[in-house]
Amino acid sequence: MLKLENITKSFNGTTILDQLNVDVNDNSILSIVGPSGAGKTTLLRCIAGLDRPDSGKFILDGKEFDPADDSDTEQIIGVVFQDFNLFPHLTVMENVTLAPTMVLKQDKKAAQETADSLLDELSLASHANQYPFELSGGQKQRVAIARALAMKPQILCYDEPTSALDPSLRDAVGKVILDLKKTGITQIVVTHDPEFAKNISDQILEVKPINK
Amino acid sequence: MLQYISEILPSLLSGTVMTLKIFFWTLVASLPLGILVSLGRSSKFKPLSWILSFYIWVMRGTPLLLQLIFVFYGLPNMPFFHIVFERYDAALFAFILNYTAYFAEIFRGGFGAIDNGQYEGAKVLGLSYWQTIRKIVVPQVVKIVIPSIGNEVINLVKDSSLVYVIGLGDLLRAGNIASSRDVTLLPLVLVGIIYLLLTLVCTWILKVVEKHYSYYR
Repeated sequence: MLKLENITKSFNGTTILDQLNVDVNDNSILSIVGPSGAGKTTLLRCIAGLDRPDSGKFILDGKEFDPADDSDTEQIIGVVFQDFNLFPHLTVMENVTLAPTMVLKQDKKAAQETADSLLDELSLASHANQYPFELSGGQKQRVAIARALAMKPQILCYDEPTSALDPSLRDAVGKVILDLKKTGITQIVVTHDPEFAKNISDQILEVKPINK
Repeated sequence: MLQYISEILPSLLSGTVMTLKIFFWTLVASLPLGILVSLGRSSKFKPLSWILSFYIWVMRGTPLLLQLIFVFYGLPNMPFFHIVFERYDAALFAFILNYTAYFAEIFRGGFGAIDNGQYEGAKVLGLSYWQTIRKIVVPQVVKIVIPSIGNEVINLVKDSSLVYVIGLGDLLRAGNIASSRDVTLLPLVLVGIIYLLLTLVCTWILKVVEKHYSYYR
């Protein structure tokens, strides 16, 4: 179980997150919803270790950990960014295998086998040798998911997974997320779309802008 | 005339070898150094960034000719320390210092064009800073800076002629000597043609490199 305790974060004196507490059960899907500026993405960035909260604790299975500390090779958090942040100069296959070979020191063949099965599950097998610019938005997103999953994270976070896609693809992402749940991974989804959140989540956290 | 050309060609070609040696070693050293200096300049460690900004300001703000003279004639006569270079080493030293500064500025623009999302994408995958620079950032920066680097590379072919001032026998000097000895402009015409051929080859190589990097957008 992932526990967030008293997470507080402010930028230039404006408090964005104030003493926030959440518990996320293993193998569940938590959606974080709320209007723009409410701190959804800030919270996600803190969980992902891209921003450091001013105070508060992250506890995974009873042990405190620091998401911003990347000296640990074991991957706790994976992230699928809003605009995916794929590496444009690498093929789909290279995007997925780069971190496993460089960070986890897997040999190339093992990394490619893992990547092959991930791409297959995400129906990307035929795109393995293409470059990101040759893919549609939905395909890019699935590459981003495969890239994150290749590091075998315990928790996978999504920042606005529906915003860069046209409405018809919204349900497709929802299905991918629900399918992944069956593999035992915990997922956290930031979204401004309450209906989408309701369809996929076990638990919904509503964040509101803090009024002073 | 053909006989005259064949008489002076050997000396022109040996001058060309000197020109190419300076050209080649300057590029080999100052391209990677330029990357390091541009990274250092954007370092959060302020003293490093200030020193490198000062260095770039001096290198870009004074003529290369002056820098050459200073390195060869000036450094040995400093009040407290004496650095004596061979002519060739002095030329290389000055060229590398000067071109590193220009390349650093070009690379700075290239690094600035890389979206922050690329760094974040690499960070959440657990890549270290240097892994990110090497595998993610630099390959993309190279593609962005090729046209500007190409400009400087072609400048370098011609700038190398400045080494005559410290008495190195490069292509232009070889042509000059033949021209004043034989009282004819023909050697200088040949020198011009050789420079044109050199820059033509550079342009062609740059085009190939540019094409190589067009595999992605």
